[in-house]
Amino acid sequence: MVTAQRHGEQIDRPPPPAAARPAIDQVWSWLEEVPDPEIPVVSVVDLGIVRAVDWEGDDLVVTVTPTYSGCPATAVISLDIAESIRRHGVEKVRIRSQLSPAWTTDWIGAAAREKLKAYGIAPPEGGARCVGDLKNPVVECPRCGSMATEQVSRFGSTPCKASWRCRDCLEPFDYFKSF
Amino acid sequence: MTTATKTDAALFEFALRMGDNAVVLAQRVGAWCGHAPAIEEDIAFANVALDLIGQTRMWLGLAGEIEGKGRDADQLAFLRDARAYRNALLVEQPNVDFAHTLMRQFLFDAWHHPMLVALKSSADARVADIAEKAEKEARYHLERSEDLIIRLGDGTEESRQRMQAALDALYPFAGELCAADALDADLAARKIAPDLGALGERYLAYLKSTLADATLTAPVGAAVRKGGKQGLHSEHLGYILADMQFLQRAYPGATW
Ligand SMILES: [Zn+2]
Repeated sequence: MVTAQRHGEQIDRPPPPAAARPAIDQVWSWLEEVPDPEIPVVSVVDLGIVRAVDWEGDDLVVTVTPTYSGCPATAVISLDIAESIRRHGVEKVRIRSQLSPAWTTDWIGAAAREKLKAYGIAPPEGGARCVGDLKNPVVECPRCGSMATEQVSRFGSTPCKASWRCRDCLEPFDYFKSF
Repeated sequence: MTTATKTDAALFEFALRMGDNAVVLAQRVGAWCGHAPAIEEDIAFANVALDLIGQTRMWLGLAGEIEGKGRDADQLAFLRDARAYRNALLVEQPNVDFAHTLMRQFLFDAWHHPMLVALKSSADARVADIAEKAEKEARYHLERSEDLIIRLGDGTEESRQRMQAALDALYPFAGELCAADALDADLAARKIAPDLGALGERYLAYLKSTLADATLTAPVGAAVRKGGKQGLHSEHLGYILADMQFLQRAYPGATW
């Protein structure tokens, strides 16, 4: 007899029978649970990395786009996506990489921006189209809310971040750069 | 059929030029990792190198695909000799000091960004896609380079002298980036790549105005140093490749 509880492990989503083909919306909801490997409070869907989910014959094809062309997390993200889908019972999954349209922080939604802030990372300010005009964006300190902040380096601990500091609470913080 | 073959051969060479510029410069600036004068600049150059390595993978991946002989980006990067490299001489010039490193980066970024903007309209969709991705990164690099060139050029007496010395040494290499040869003309005629003559005029005008802001003076009448795009390199490239390719040469086929 199959029980819902085995070795204390909760089995909340039994894999679908082989013949069943999960709806596309269902797959998106799985991917919303796949965390970004470097900023685990946001998902790969939150960051706009997943561009499309489609059935092509019997294959489930997930189209992803890299954030930065050399970002070392890109390969891990593809593996995590494929693993998550297989765990939900879909065996034939392919990850397709797409360069155009190029990834932009404009695809990061309001809820994800709040999650970044709560995690201590200042979310991107303004639209990415302004990169060239936005040499000194006004960035709110994610720790104390002060606007008296300054850039320390245009780059940071990962390709998507810049290093900032707060002149009020004096703490350094990461800014998810507008791109 | 002949036309298609000719286009492919030219496009293969072009993709090598773009990819080799990126990989050689990445290797150069990556050497600062752990050694830069300030940790923020250390992190900045490590990130620039990372972007350039990502771009290398795209360009050399495309080159391998066009060539159709089964060579991937890694094989093209790690198993070609200096004579088969197609980067401009500028990017293989030594780091010397931080001023030389920044000036080399500035002279490269100031060309790289408008070049990629132009390539976004390439008649070849694969080239246009790579350019669309890389252009945003190159723009970010250029913003940093421009800022630092002006701050250090128009800075202390020592920083100005060092930046001027770097400009004197490196300016003769800038011209090669916009010096069109028959291959460039062929690709421009096919709308795959831009007219380098027109790009070069804008490049020189931008350098002139930014260097003026930095209170630096470009040397007048210096002969353009070129040949890298055709595979004729300075002695420096051999040392870069000996370092970069050591593992694959010593242990063929080794993987992580
Ligand atoms: Zn603060």
